[in-house]
Amino acid sequence: MSTARTTTTTWLQRVQSHALLWPLVTLSLILLVNASLNPGFWMLQWRDGHLYGSVIDILNRSAPLMLVSLGMTLVIATRGIDISVGAVVAISASVAALMIGGTLVINNGVATHVSRFPMPLAIVCALLVALFCGLWNGLLVAKIGLQPIIATLILMVAGRGIAQLATGGQIVTVYYAPYFYIGNGFLWGLPFALFIAAAVYLVMHLAVTRTALGLFIQAIGINPAAARLAGVRERLITVCVYAFCGLTAGVAGLIISSNVKSADGNNAGNLMELDAILAVTLGGTLLRGGRFNLAGSMVGALIIQTLTSTIYSIGVPPEINLVVKAAVVFVVMLLQSAEFRRAVHGWVMRPAVGGAA
Amino acid sequence: MMKRYAKYLPLMATVSLFMAMATFGSVSYNGFFSAQAFLNLLIDNAFLVIVAVGMTFVILTGGIDLSVGSVVALSTMVLAALVEKYHWSLWLAMPLVLLMGTSLGAFMGWLIQRFRLQPFIVTLAGMFLARGLCYLISIDSISITDEAYTTLAQMRITLWPDAAVSLSALLAVAVLLVAMYVAHATEFGRTVYAIGGSEQSAVLMGLPVARTTVLVYTFSGFCSALGGVVFTLYMLSGYGLHAVGLELDAIAAVVIGGTLLSGGVGYVAGTLFGVLTLGIIQSLIMFDGSLSSWWTRIVIGVLLFVFCVLQRVFEAGRKNS
Repeated sequence: MSTARTTTTTWLQRVQSHALLWPLVTLSLILLVNASLNPGFWMLQWRDGHLYGSVIDILNRSAPLMLVSLGMTLVIATRGIDISVGAVVAISASVAALMIGGTLVINNGVATHVSRFPMPLAIVCALLVALFCGLWNGLLVAKIGLQPIIATLILMVAGRGIAQLATGGQIVTVYYAPYFYIGNGFLWGLPFALFIAAAVYLVMHLAVTRTALGLFIQAIGINPAAARLAGVRERLITVCVYAFCGLTAGVAGLIISSNVKSADGNNAGNLMELDAILAVTLGGTLLRGGRFNLAGSMVGALIIQTLTSTIYSIGVPPEINLVVKAAVVFVVMLLQSAEFRRAVHGWVMRPAVGGAA
Repeated sequence: MMKRYAKYLPLMATVSLFMAMATFGSVSYNGFFSAQAFLNLLIDNAFLVIVAVGMTFVILTGGIDLSVGSVVALSTMVLAALVEKYHWSLWLAMPLVLLMGTSLGAFMGWLIQRFRLQPFIVTLAGMFLARGLCYLISIDSISITDEAYTTLAQMRITLWPDAAVSLSALLAVAVLLVAMYVAHATEFGRTVYAIGGSEQSAVLMGLPVARTTVLVYTFSGFCSALGGVVFTLYMLSGYGLHAVGLELDAIAAVVIGGTLLSGGVGYVAGTLFGVLTLGIIQSLIMFDGSLSSWWTRIVIGVLLFVFCVLQRVFEAGRKNS
């Protein structure tokens, strides 16, 4: 009997201490609210060779945010922050849209899509530009030693200008059907973008669990100086982390521009940096670095997208979204603060002591 | 002798840059060099001066306030709604708006100080909150047609023949002068510099660190609200999309003005030149006519980069000496 009790407690303890518990509970709560407000929420239909329904829609829309959040997770884990991701999304989207462009040509009576440059080349170029943006951020942080928020602020300010310069201030429309597959296509009945996010997650998960990389990143986040003294190549890893964050933002830019079939230098990825930071913190990554959770960030991105979709679907003005997000950030950061927990402990204990006396 | 003036070096760099740009503009473009053109820099950027002065104090303590742009927008929105929709008196609505901005700043400062939260994340949440509240009031722009208000907005004070300033420009100068006095001649100002130099040392010296930290964010909130009031005088409307990205301009102005981002070093007067430099870039691009407006963002980004790198060099030099 005593053994049975121990096993139950350990099982309970394991659930309670699991890093994904709170993100998943939050997500389930939002999903429950959705299901109660909208009876057709969980309804899935098979239409035109793929699944169709609200849940699939949310999954498809959250793919770009998932990607950006994954990149951001590693940056935050090293005690950094990257507020230029929204601008990088815009730059990558603009480059891809400009290079593909696309026209419909009637060739021997058959309508074919012709892109300005071959699509793979355009995608590689867009990703290279995004990688370069990330590299620039990383060099500013690791080599020049700027504070991360300021280093990435520079690209955040200039990046939108660069994106608009590239597109000439216009919204660039893409007329090239194969490109639309990235953001609108379906593979095995599920959105293709989701597979991209899952693949990136898998690669990152393997990299941080099967190699020492995860440990190094945590070490840098806990104490950069100590990590360097312990032989961790702190600067190189920091540069790589920022470069990778740029790359994931670039992929997100491809998905977004493919989804809306155009690139808008001004609005693509607008305020995405805030959503990504929110997703990462919701997922259990500590903002002061040192502890990170990739799966949590994926769940965090889902929470935010579900929240956005909920607000749209229940007919509340979408602008209230910002207020809700603000409230969520306030609550999450207070819960992460040791001082706050101590204060709450004090408030709860004090009346009890007073009652006893 | 050199060392004594070394601390003015960043400020000098900014002032020379401003002078160089003004000279370049005056030589290249007709009508650039006139008293009114320079006063217009102050008139057009009065709200930015006020907001950036508040930001200077925050950055001097080593913190950051990302909520300023949204608080400006919220202030314009509340003011426009109260005056236009509810027909409040101007003299009742304005103090209320200032009180609102000040309390929001105080709340954020309290969170940062009491619970040891990072300033950027608290003020980021504040930014969300203020923008969201704007849209709760109205999604559309509310234009202000109140007569008392428009007279106030159009009021021009003639300084000398063919050179006049608006009320908001005078307000900006007043805020600047008060801030300079507070920063350099009061206990509060000295504590701000001490916190930026080293918070732990400031605590050990027995300075009121906790109170000052909260007050700095409170002051920034007040400046943002006042900036919002001035912004309505300039735009004569309240809109949730007003002042998007203003926080970046304010930070850029402070940095270009020679205040170190790590805190502890800088001058309020430098911020004025930071704002004027940003303003003159805009006028230069406008006068040129062939450059698109998004060049402004790129040039500001480049300037921010150059000044940040200069700061690092400057800091490294200070440590070595």
